[in-house]
Amino acid sequence: MYPSLTRFPADLFTDFEGLQRQVEQLLAPPGWPSSIRAASRGAFPAINVGITDEAVEVYAFVPGVDPARVEVSVDKGLLTIAGERPGDMRPESEKVSVYAQERFTGAFRRVISLPEDADHTSVEASYRNGVLKIVVPKRAASRPRRVEIQG
Amino acid sequence: MDMRQVNKERDVTQGQASTPLVPPVDILEDAEGITLWADMPGVAKENLSVGVEGDTLTLDATVRLGETTRMQPVYAEVRVARFKRSFVLSRDLDTEKISADIRNGVLTVSVPKREQAKPRRIDVRLG
Repeated sequence: MYPSLTRFPADLFTDFEGLQRQVEQLLAPPGWPSSIRAASRGAFPAINVGITDEAVEVYAFVPGVDPARVEVSVDKGLLTIAGERPGDMRPESEKVSVYAQERFTGAFRRVISLPEDADHTSVEASYRNGVLKIVVPKRAASRPRRVEIQG
Repeated sequence: MDMRQVNKERDVTQGQASTPLVPPVDILEDAEGITLWADMPGVAKENLSVGVEGDTLTLDATVRLGETTRMQPVYAEVRVARFKRSFVLSRDLDTEKISADIRNGVLTVSVPKREQAKPRRIDVRLG
């Protein structure tokens, strides 16, 4: 098991197995069937998803966005992250030269489907260092539990 | 360092996945100098280094998400926990006076111009 989302071997994605059933596969090699909601490369915000025994954790990379202006909603098993990102740049003028303008600006919206066992009624979201973390607990009935052997 | 740690480190440094991410930037120049913004989500101040060596400005940062330890990743668009990007500065910029600030995952770097490099009007004399 890899303790961090961003620190795991690249070949993990060749070994999906049962995971695909739990969270829709959004990223697939060219030619493979991909999620209908898959976003093209470089979409804003980038998203990572991980699961624990208790919850589904979604990390949305939204630097420079006021958390009060990000809308997180869950409807019919779909998690939507939407908002708007203002630009920092001043327009080019006689006194201002612009050399690079690569950062995303404008309205954004990303939708991901949650696993069926997610409990949509108690979603928690927090924002730290430009990363929005959304925790969707699993229903108690679907959490792993230890079965006592009688005998 | 225990063995698991070693394995983890090796996994990260192997193959393409270990190439640091290139943060997108905005750069503008005005009379005061150059201002650069870089998107570095998940980077806290203590995991960021902004350095100048010779005439090269280098941004290097480590991403920490604070994930639950028993979490299993199932989908990731950000697969490397490091940002790195370098820029070559010019002589008219004052590398001693560079300032940097990171807030909500956006790094702002200001590189002022040297006093003598600030714009001044040059009178053209007729010969």
